Amino acid sequence: MADLEQFQQETRDWLEANCPKTMRKPMRTESDACWGGRNFEFKSDDQRNWLKLMGEKGWTAPEWPKEYGGGGLSREQSKILKKEMARISARPPLQSFGIWMLGPALLKFGSEEQKKEYLPPIVRGEIRWCQGYSEPGAGSDLASLQTRCEDKGDHYLVNGQKVWTSYADKADWIFCLVRTNREARKHLGISFVLFDMASKGVSTKPITLISGKSPFCETFFDDVKVPKENLVGTLDRGWDIAKYLLTHEREMIGGSGGSAFASRGLGEVAVSALGADDDGQLSDTALRAKIATAELDGWAFLLTMERAKDEAKAGHGVGARSSMLKYYGTELNKRRFELMMASKGMSALEWEGEASNEGELPRAWLRTKGNSIEGGTSEVQLNIISKRILGLPDPKVV
Amino acid sequence: MALVYTEEQEMVRDSAKGFLAEKASVSVFRKMRDAGDTLGWSRALWVEMAEMGWAGILVEEQYGGLDFGMTGAALILEEMGKNLTTSPFLSSAVMATQVLRGASEAQKQAWLPKMVSGEAVIALALDEGVKHDPASSQLQAEKLGNGYRLNGSKAYIIDGFDADGYLVLARTDGEAGDQDGLSLFLVDAKAKGISTSSTKLLDSRNYAGAKFDNVEVSGGDLIGEAGKGLDALEPALNAGRIGLAAEMLGASAQCFETSMEYLKDRSQFGQKIGSFQGLQHRSAHLYSELELVRSAVIKAGQDFEASAEHSGMIASLAKAKSGEVAILAANEGVQLLGGIGMTDEHDMGLYMKRIRAAQELLGDYAFHAGRFAKWRGF
Ligand SMILES: Cc1cc2nc3c(=O)[nH]c(=O)nc-3n(C[C@H](O)[C@H](O)[C@H](O)COP(=O)(O)OP(=O)(O)OC[C@H]3O[C@@H](n4cnc5c(N)ncnc54)[C@H](O)[C@@H]3O)c2cc1C
Repeated sequence: MADLEQFQQETRDWLEANCPKTMRKPMRTESDACWGGRNFEFKSDDQRNWLKLMGEKGWTAPEWPKEYGGGGLSREQSKILKKEMARISARPPLQSFGIWMLGPALLKFGSEEQKKEYLPPIVRGEIRWCQGYSEPGAGSDLASLQTRCEDKGDHYLVNGQKVWTSYADKADWIFCLVRTNREARKHLGISFVLFDMASKGVSTKPITLISGKSPFCETFFDDVKVPKENLVGTLDRGWDIAKYLLTHEREMIGGSGGSAFASRGLGEVAVSALGADDDGQLSDTALRAKIATAELDGWAFLLTMERAKDEAKAGHGVGARSSMLKYYGTELNKRRFELMMASKGMSALEWEGEASNEGELPRAWLRTKGNSIEGGTSEVQLNIISKRILGLPDPKVV
Repeated sequence: MALVYTEEQEMVRDSAKGFLAEKASVSVFRKMRDAGDTLGWSRALWVEMAEMGWAGILVEEQYGGLDFGMTGAALILEEMGKNLTTSPFLSSAVMATQVLRGASEAQKQAWLPKMVSGEAVIALALDEGVKHDPASSQLQAEKLGNGYRLNGSKAYIIDGFDADGYLVLARTDGEAGDQDGLSLFLVDAKAKGISTSSTKLLDSRNYAGAKFDNVEVSGGDLIGEAGKGLDALEPALNAGRIGLAAEMLGASAQCFETSMEYLKDRSQFGQKIGSFQGLQHRSAHLYSELELVRSAVIKAGQDFEASAEHSGMIASLAKAKSGEVAILAANEGVQLLGGIGMTDEHDMGLYMKRIRAAQELLGDYAFHAGRFAKWRGF
């Protein structure tokens, strides 16, 4: 306990001394986020320094082992760090698929060389990763993927197409699911490989979303040569890695929906937009009731995320529970944005102009619609809960 | 603090599980209901529970209690919820003892040892109308020399029939609806002028209405400060709400488990009904909701242990969320069972009835959502 108190004090002091002032306010728009990587254009020196300082301490990945560049913190310490960062409204120094998804998978399935090579640049935000899972014919039924990977003796040769690859045009490397065996059953012929997006034969084509933005791409592989040491785990057994990575992705997606409730209250937004009665209560009573329900659920969900982590740490976590967090967190986030739109009335519809910050809210609202699709749809999560947690029987194939 | 149970708390749960399975399962409740018992619980069994330490689980050690904490009490209530066990645990052991923390030494000496041994039960006489709203109390406490004279009535007192004492919320000042001006009195049930009558609700438990007709109490019967009754009551209300939330968590978990067993057992159209995706998705949704309820209940217990006075927001969260989800669990329970779910012979209906009452007691969803909203500033 005393150790934790000391850690808290030291953390507080360090953050006070090192977190730049401009990094101590909430991100205003998505474009304030720092993604790092070879081609990233920093918005400011402060943003660059903040990443550098946090990366050096390993605090962009606080709980990863020190030997791979992480912070080496215990769960309790990492909670304290989070709290202390929240105390001064410090921005996350880095957004990273490497930290959220690839890292945990490499820590579990990667070779020692792979961990040493790939993890530290992730922590420091030097290499930005993208996820090559979905294909035009393989969405929910991911295991039916067809991107081919052939053994050419001293290297692999990859041919095929991915789709919905988020930030493929900005990423430096890709973690990619490929078919290495066409004879085996569909789950047993998939491998997990890593390669540089600058490799010859890789090309990307951005897709415009309903929000008007283009964060994701079609990604094409045309005779891409991949070094053999870039295979993670065992050949043809990539599905286990893919699934493990998905549990982390799902917790992350569900979590980012839920954690919004910890910060600025929906009710506060509504009160400032629509006004309150003498008691300080939102005048629109029907909206107040809806918001109260969403906030109650939001808080209970936040507590559930915390409990899931505590239980995992205590050794009785369930992997499939990430499906519950993903399902609930994303549906909740969609509800949150619906209410945000309702609270702001006509002004929520403004698509362009400075007042609306170029339609930030309606674009963000539209973006949330993808939360219950990306990383496996809500329906797929409910299938997984039914089967893996509740043990309900498989549907009969007719 | 990690949102997991400690080993000691798990032990309390395990012993409650074993004890209740043997002595106070649903079939015991059903028998009592069928017998039309007005007390609604068994004195002999309550003494046995007291011997296990339950009656004093929240009482300080110097009065014979265990002072074990709210999380442990909530775990017992959760198990009681699974079994539909009836006892004065919630009313007397969780709520009344909590009020007595603010009582005078004489009041404590007079009541706590008897309560801890299972001999005496104290009920809280708070509400007068059909919705929980202590501030709207009108029962008058008129100053009379050193003491007071009580006139008025209370309704739906939990375990109020045949109780040994009452904690009565009375108005010493102000008007119905005022937060101030209410005072709490600890009154012996034998005091002249009190008459009670049993009120039968759908959950077959013990409720009573009480009339106070010129009941004379002394200044020493006042708990805490005159006019500050709601403050004195707040920790007990929080405890009761967390307790009910835990009980509903247990009851809904039981509904859910029964439903899942049935989905894996019952066949229609040549397959287990649990293989129908329409039912799977509803089940998976309910599972998710129950996980949220458990998190809220654990957190509420921990918050209460940290500060009984300041646990109101999360207590409201737990009460609101658990009630809403419990209703869903009971409704789905009946629906998924089909015709059998509608029969009195099946236990599902018993759970549905208890849940309906528990979610209404000490404030329903709208009451607690409103409180929560206020705390959140809207
Ligand atoms: C914003 C966003 C970002 C993304 N980023 C990436 C990325 O970086 N990398 C990547 O690889 N992919 C990414 N994806 C792709 C995402 O993983 C897929 O869109 C998702 O898995 C669904 O596949 P699909 O689009 O082919 O839909 P389909 O699988 O065709 O689903 C269509 C509908 O059918 C339902 N359905 C399908 N199967 C079942 C079933 N068994 N039971 C019940 N209902 C079912 C679905 O729930 C859905 O409602 C992203 C998607 C979005 C929206």
